[in-house]
Amino acid sequence: MGKVGKIARRTFLFGAVAVAGGVAFGVYKVRTPYENPLENDLADGAATFNPWVVITEKQITLITPHGDKGQGVAHAQAALVAEELDVEFGQFEIDFGKPDKAYWNRALAGDGAPFMATDESFTAEATRSFMGGMIKLLGMQITGGSTAMPDSYEKLREAGAVARETLKLAASNVSGVPVAQLKTANGAVQLPDGTELAYTALAGEAAKVEPVTEITLRKPSKWRLIGQPMQRLDMVAKSTGTLDYGIDVDIDGMVHAAVMCNPRQGGALNGYDASTAVGMRGVQKVVDVTGGVAVVADNTWRAIQAVQAIDFDWGEAPYPAEQDGHWAAIEASFNDDQLDKEWRNEGDVTAALSGGKAVEAAYRVPYVAHAPLEPLNATVLVEDDKVTVWTGHQIPRMLQDQVAKVTGHTSEQIDLVNHFMGGSFGHRLEFKHVELAAEIANQMRGTPVQLTYSREEDFAHDFPRHIGMARGSGAVKDGKVTAIDLQVAMPSVVGSQMGRAGMNVPGPDMQIAAGAWNNPYGLENFRMRAYRVPELAPVSSWRSVGASAGGFFFDSLLDELIHEAGADPLQERIRLMQHDVSRKVLETVGEMSNWGSPVGPNKGRGVAFVESFGVPTAEVIEVTNSEDGITIDKVWVAADVGTVIDPVNFENLVQGGVIFALGHAMNSEITYSDGMAQQANYWDAEGMRLKQCPEIMVRGLENGDQVRGIGEPPVPPAAPALANAIFAATGQRIRELPLYHHIDFA
Amino acid sequence: MQLIVDGNSHEVDVEEDMPLLWVLRDELGIKGVKYGCGVAACGACTVHVDGVAVRSCQTPVSDVDGPVTSIEGLGKPEALHAVQEAWVEHQVAQCGYCQSGQIMQAASLLTEIKMPSDAEIDEAMSGNLCRCGTYPRIRAAVKTAAAKMQEA
Repeated sequence: MGKVGKIARRTFLFGAVAVAGGVAFGVYKVRTPYENPLENDLADGAATFNPWVVITEKQITLITPHGDKGQGVAHAQAALVAEELDVEFGQFEIDFGKPDKAYWNRALAGDGAPFMATDESFTAEATRSFMGGMIKLLGMQITGGSTAMPDSYEKLREAGAVARETLKLAASNVSGVPVAQLKTANGAVQLPDGTELAYTALAGEAAKVEPVTEITLRKPSKWRLIGQPMQRLDMVAKSTGTLDYGIDVDIDGMVHAAVMCNPRQGGALNGYDASTAVGMRGVQKVVDVTGGVAVVADNTWRAIQAVQAIDFDWGEAPYPAEQDGHWAAIEASFNDDQLDKEWRNEGDVTAALSGGKAVEAAYRVPYVAHAPLEPLNATVLVEDDKVTVWTGHQIPRMLQDQVAKVTGHTSEQIDLVNHFMGGSFGHRLEFKHVELAAEIANQMRGTPVQLTYSREEDFAHDFPRHIGMARGSGAVKDGKVTAIDLQVAMPSVVGSQMGRAGMNVPGPDMQIAAGAWNNPYGLENFRMRAYRVPELAPVSSWRSVGASAGGFFFDSLLDELIHEAGADPLQERIRLMQHDVSRKVLETVGEMSNWGSPVGPNKGRGVAFVESFGVPTAEVIEVTNSEDGITIDKVWVAADVGTVIDPVNFENLVQGGVIFALGHAMNSEITYSDGMAQQANYWDAEGMRLKQCPEIMVRGLENGDQVRGIGEPPVPPAAPALANAIFAATGQRIRELPLYHHIDFA
Repeated sequence: MQLIVDGNSHEVDVEEDMPLLWVLRDELGIKGVKYGCGVAACGACTVHVDGVAVRSCQTPVSDVDGPVTSIEGLGKPEALHAVQEAWVEHQVAQCGYCQSGQIMQAASLLTEIKMPSDAEIDEAMSGNLCRCGTYPRIRAAVKTAAAKMQEA
C-alpha cells in the first residue's frame, strides 16, 4: 500500500490508490534527481518513475499536485496527462497526492525574476533559469501566481506520453507485435487485429520494463482535449453538495474548535476570563494559543458561541491604531531613503516635465480582504510519531514545515491530506489558521481537532491586500502622451507574508511596482520608482497581488494624460504600444466593443490595459449614469494566454476575475480603527451581487509564445477601466478605491 | 425535538436557538449545506423548509415547522434535479462552495415562478454571494432549468 493509497476520502473522485503491483510513469526521472515520492511504498517488482501517473490492475490514477481553489486546475492537470495518455474522462481518478519536492513549480521563476514578461533578452532568460534552479533546489511546491498551467503544460503531457509509450512497449512484450504497429485509445493499447489490451491489464508487465523516455509530444492539430470545451471533473460534485472541502472533514472522535485571537493583529493577549464559556453546553476545553484562546466543544456552533463569551484583555496593535496613521506612513515614504528600486528610467523625464505637467495627481488603493466563502479551517490529529492535517492549502511543503515547528515533529512526519478549496484569492497561502489548529491539537494528542474560523474571525484575521499610494505626473504634446513619472509607495507584501513563515527575502519587492513598471508601452520618457513603506498591518497576496494596485495607478494616470492630450483613449494606447501581442489585445477589445461608436446619453466607455503574470489583458467597460447611480452595463475582455486549455473554463475564470475586481473596486476595503479591522462580515465588504453583474464578453487570444494562466490577469485592468468609464460618463475622475466613497452605484 | 430532513426523520437534542445550519452539519452530518457568514448575508446555507428557501444559519431549529430539504436531498449525482442538471450543463461552479445555496435558492424561485423574468432572477438570486463571480452562468442556468421544468 503506497502513501497515496492511505488517502481515504468520501468524495466522488477519490478512491484508495493501490500502488502495490502498479506502475507509475513520467518524465520526472529523466529530468531531476529527486526521488519518486511513490518509490518507498511500492511492492517488490513494481516500478515507479514519476509522480503523476499510477496504473494498477484495477485503476488509473492521475496525480494533480496543484491545489484547486476553484480555478479548475485539478481537471486541467488531468486533461494534460490524458491528452497524451489516451484515456478518457471517467476512466481515471484524480488525487492531489502528497507534498513532495518532485512537484516543484517550474514556472515560478518566470514571473519572479525582475524582468518584464516581454523581455526575452539573455540576461532576463539567464536570471529566470537561475531562479528556476533555486526553486527546484528548494522543492518549492506552490499553487499561485497563475503558474499552474505554465508549470504543467509540458511536463504533464510528457508524463502522459511516457506512460503511453511504456504501455505500448509492455503490450509489445506481451503480444509479440512490434511497438510501431501498436496504437492507443480509450485507456487501451490496440493491436493490428483489433484486440485491445487495457492499460490496467498491462500494469504488471509495464512495471517490469524501463520507462520509454524518448517521446514526441503530439502536434496541437492532433489534440482531442486541449482547446476544446470540457466538462470539469468536479462539476457534478459541486452541484450536488457531495464534494468535501476541508471544512467538511469528519473524522471519528473529532472535536470542534473555535478561536479568538487579538483582533489587533499581532498584539498580545494580556488576560482573559473564560468562566462563562467553560460552563456552556458542549464545551470540553479552553486552550491557550498564540495571541488568543480556543474553545473546544462537541459542535462548531457551540464552540463559536463559547469563545465569543470569553472576556478578553487585548494588547495594543503593533501598527497605527487608526487608518489615518497608515496613510500618513505611506505619505512619508516617498523619500530617497525608502526608495526600494527605480524600475524604469527611459528618456529624460525631468526635462520632459520641465515644460509643464499636464497632470499631477495622487492615487490610493485600500487594504482589501480575501474573504473566500469557505471560512479558514483545518483539522489536525497530533500523535507522538505523526501529525495528520486535513485542509486545503496552496504551499503544501511549507505548511508541513510550519506545522512541524508547532508540534515539534519533523516535516517528514507531517502528513497533509490536501482538499479542494472553497475559494482562496491568496488567503490559503497563509499558515496561521493551520498553525492554530496544530497548537490546539498538540494539547489534545490523539484527538482530531477541527478548527473553523467564524466569519468574523476570518475578517479580523484576513491578512489583507496591501494599501498603497501613487504620485503621478506626465506631459503631453501635439495630441500625444510624451512623459510619465510614477512613484508608488507600499508596504512589502512579500516581506510581510514570507516573514510570517520565518523567511527573509532580500532585495527589492517587485510587487510594489507590479502592474506599473512592466507595461510594454514605448513612452518617450518614463520613470517608475517604488518606495518601500515599513510594515504596517500584516498583508498578504491577494488575487493578482501588486498588479491589482499598480495597474490602477498606471492606467488611471495614462488615461488622464490621454484625455489632456485630446487623444482617443484606445487609439493612443495602441499608438504607444511596443509589444505586438499586446497591441493585438488592444485592437481586439476595440473591435469587440465597437469602440468609437456612439454610446448614447449618460453613458460612457472606458478602456484599460495591464500586463500581469505574462498575460496582456485589455478591458472595455460601458456604464450608465442615472439618478440611482452608476450601472455597469457591459464589459469586453481580450487576453492573450498563448494557448487556451479549455475555452469554457477560460471564459468562466475571466468573467469571475472581472466580477471579483469590479466588486472590490466598487465597495470593498478593510480599514482600521482602535487597531482592529472595522469590517466584520460580508455586509461590510460586499463585493458584487448578481443583480449588479454586467454582461461580460470574453475572447482568449493565442498569439503569445508561452502558455499562461488566467486566474489573476483579468483582475488588474477592471478597476481602472471602470474608473475611466465613470469619467467618460460623468466627467468625474476618481483616483481612489473603493469608488463608492465618491460615487453611488445602482 | 424531531426534524424531517431529506425525507428522513431525526430526533435531535439541542438548544432551541441552535441554528438549523449547525444541526444539519454537525449533528446530522449533512455537510453539503455550507457555512459562509452566519448572518444571512451570503446564502451559502440555503435549504428549503416546506419547499421554501430559508437561510439555515439564521433559522433557530425550534422555528422549523416543516420538512427540510437540503442540497443532498434535492437530487443525487446519479439522479440530478433539473436545476442541478442546468448547473452542470452550464459549467457554473468555480470553487463551488456557494453553489449548494445558489441551487437551493434557484429551485425555490422556480417553484414560485415558473418562468421568471431577468429582473425576477436578479432579485431572487442577489442574496446569494459568489466570491468567484459565476453570476453570468447562474443567470443562464436558471433560465435553462426553468425551460427544463416546463418540459417535464
